[in-house]
Amino acid sequence: MNYLDEFRDRQVVLGFAERIRGLVAGRTTPMTFMEICGTHTMAIYQYGIRSLLPAEVRLISGPGCPVCVTPNGYVDRAIALARLPGTVIATFGDMVRVPGSSTSLMEERARGADIRIVYSPLDAVALAARNPQLRVVFLGVGFETTAPAIAGSILAAEQQGLANYFVLTAHKTIPVPMQILAADPELSIDGYLCPAHVSAIIGANAYRNLAEGQGVPCVVTGFEPTDVMQGVEMLVRQVLAGESRVENQYRRVVTAEGNVRAQAVLAQVFTTCDVEWRGIGVIPGSGLKIAETYARYDAERAIPVAVEELREHRGCLCGEILKGKVSPFDCPLFATTCTPEAPVGACMVSSEGTCAAAYKYGR
Amino acid sequence: MDKDLILLGHGSGGKLSHALLDDLIIPTLSGIPVAGQNDAAVVEVGGQRLAFTTDSYVVDPIFFPGGNIGTLAVNGTVNDLAMMGARSLFMSVGLILEEGMSRRELATILASMREAADLAGIAIVTGDTKVVPRGKADRLFINTSGVGAVENGVEINGCNARVGDKIIINGTIGDHGIAVLAAREGLELGTDIESDCAALNGLVAELLHEGEYLHVLRDPTRGGVATTLKEIAIQSRVTVTLREESLPLKKGVKGVCSILGLDPLYVANEGKLLAIVSPERADAALERMRSHPLGRDAAIIGEVTAVSDGRVQLETSVGGMRGVEMLAGEQLPRIC
Repeated sequence: MNYLDEFRDRQVVLGFAERIRGLVAGRTTPMTFMEICGTHTMAIYQYGIRSLLPAEVRLISGPGCPVCVTPNGYVDRAIALARLPGTVIATFGDMVRVPGSSTSLMEERARGADIRIVYSPLDAVALAARNPQLRVVFLGVGFETTAPAIAGSILAAEQQGLANYFVLTAHKTIPVPMQILAADPELSIDGYLCPAHVSAIIGANAYRNLAEGQGVPCVVTGFEPTDVMQGVEMLVRQVLAGESRVENQYRRVVTAEGNVRAQAVLAQVFTTCDVEWRGIGVIPGSGLKIAETYARYDAERAIPVAVEELREHRGCLCGEILKGKVSPFDCPLFATTCTPEAPVGACMVSSEGTCAAAYKYGR
Repeated sequence: MDKDLILLGHGSGGKLSHALLDDLIIPTLSGIPVAGQNDAAVVEVGGQRLAFTTDSYVVDPIFFPGGNIGTLAVNGTVNDLAMMGARSLFMSVGLILEEGMSRRELATILASMREAADLAGIAIVTGDTKVVPRGKADRLFINTSGVGAVENGVEINGCNARVGDKIIINGTIGDHGIAVLAAREGLELGTDIESDCAALNGLVAELLHEGEYLHVLRDPTRGGVATTLKEIAIQSRVTVTLREESLPLKKGVKGVCSILGLDPLYVANEGKLLAIVSPERADAALERMRSHPLGRDAAIIGEVTAVSDGRVQLETSVGGMRGVEMLAGEQLPRIC
């Protein structure tokens, strides 16, 4: 058992497909399910899951790619920081290619900025410890999955007494936008494939308001193809039975309460705030900012810098795509002026972006 | 995007690399059409057809499990000649050294180059050495060029794939890329994956016995199997259909790819070749490969299924179908 092949078993997947086809046979209106998480979006494209589902089941992609929902203004600030002498930007790889108002970190690196790709925020802390003469700014982008590790990096920097480690945060939380999208009559979402690893932190109970209050079936679902197919079958069964509950398909990782220790670290280092989602706008109470106690680690507050004037990219349908209202193929820029080499919107950049997935696997 | 900037992605072997070649380098220097763009040029001198190739090596780190920058340079040049069906004859070695590099390390690399050249039966006959100030290069860059002889009747070209042909690979994919990645500073992946770096001319000599049934040979280096097959599909104007289940993949490579979110189809190889063979001789070619030490894990991974403008599709391990594109952006800079 290596826990890879077992969850990619062809016969099991085809068995789910067969059952789902049987369950929805003869329905005249399709069921629309949204996968919120970018990792789900990628898995669905990568394994060709849509080609296995009947026409009566429609999967749409939501705003759960953290890079994609990071607004231009954030990228512009990161670029302004990168241009300061003695400043290193440490980041996960995807952020490097995200276009800001006029340039990207990738272009700034080619012009001489010091931008390092790290695989963990603790690598950025180590970089700061090794180079006391430099300022290291980590780009804290991500949902509840990533945020605890970044909170942990701030605690580690405090423990080591580092004065040269900073985080530029754009952390977001998932449940609030799910509630907003569920209430959008244009979308009429019949059920949510709830994120796998975000739920490992926040717990399956976090979706109870959504399921019980707003009447939207929710199934916490793993990222492997057998998980996704089972999650879809569970949603189909809820819709057919007229139910709306939180179910947990991903019980091997996710509990009802979630990771209490990670939640405590989040509560210690961050406070809830209103935050802008690219293409969607400001969603009250959907962000995490560094708490007052740790303000000295907050790049935005601790390092004053002039940021260029915000310029949005015309014609880019990122916002509508992130809300699941249009598919990448409906965007006039898709695969013409907007490609992974010359992205216009962040959805084309991130390995979890809907447009990147559609470009790479869907054409 | 600032079109004047050269980006790391221009060296990825993927889409940006192709765009730089097609928009600037090839039209300025030679104007050779897409159909003629192969691992080596074939030129005729006094009635003898010669294959001629060149490559530069900038791998980081210069030592990695399964090889070093020197073995990579020699084998890479031998392989580029072999992919045209050529017998390796002569090669050059150009060294660009960074001030302060260890002479002992250089000696180790040169010794392994000599060993690799002897093993592959190619003579290193000329070279050049330059030293640049500290910080202006990273320890050692190598450029190699090679010349080989193409026998009469050998017609291997990226534009020769035909509907019905089978796609064969001689072993597991992604080993080199993952070995180099794991060897890089700061990545503690706890794997024992070694680079597959090897000279493929012996294996190709075996395959050449298939004569006219052997249509295309290409080594899927930077950009991986996906990018290489896409190139061939475009050159031959066909659709290639792969079966994910039949792709040979080491467990460790699969694991690292899963952790880091890499698709092994895009990870570099340095001792692998894709052979595109007529269906009636595919099993025989597979057997020839499997009887060679560098082809024990050989497998038929797909076939040419239609005439088109150059498409690659993959039947996924769970039975779905999806498209396969060239590598976009920079997956792992300085992989070779």
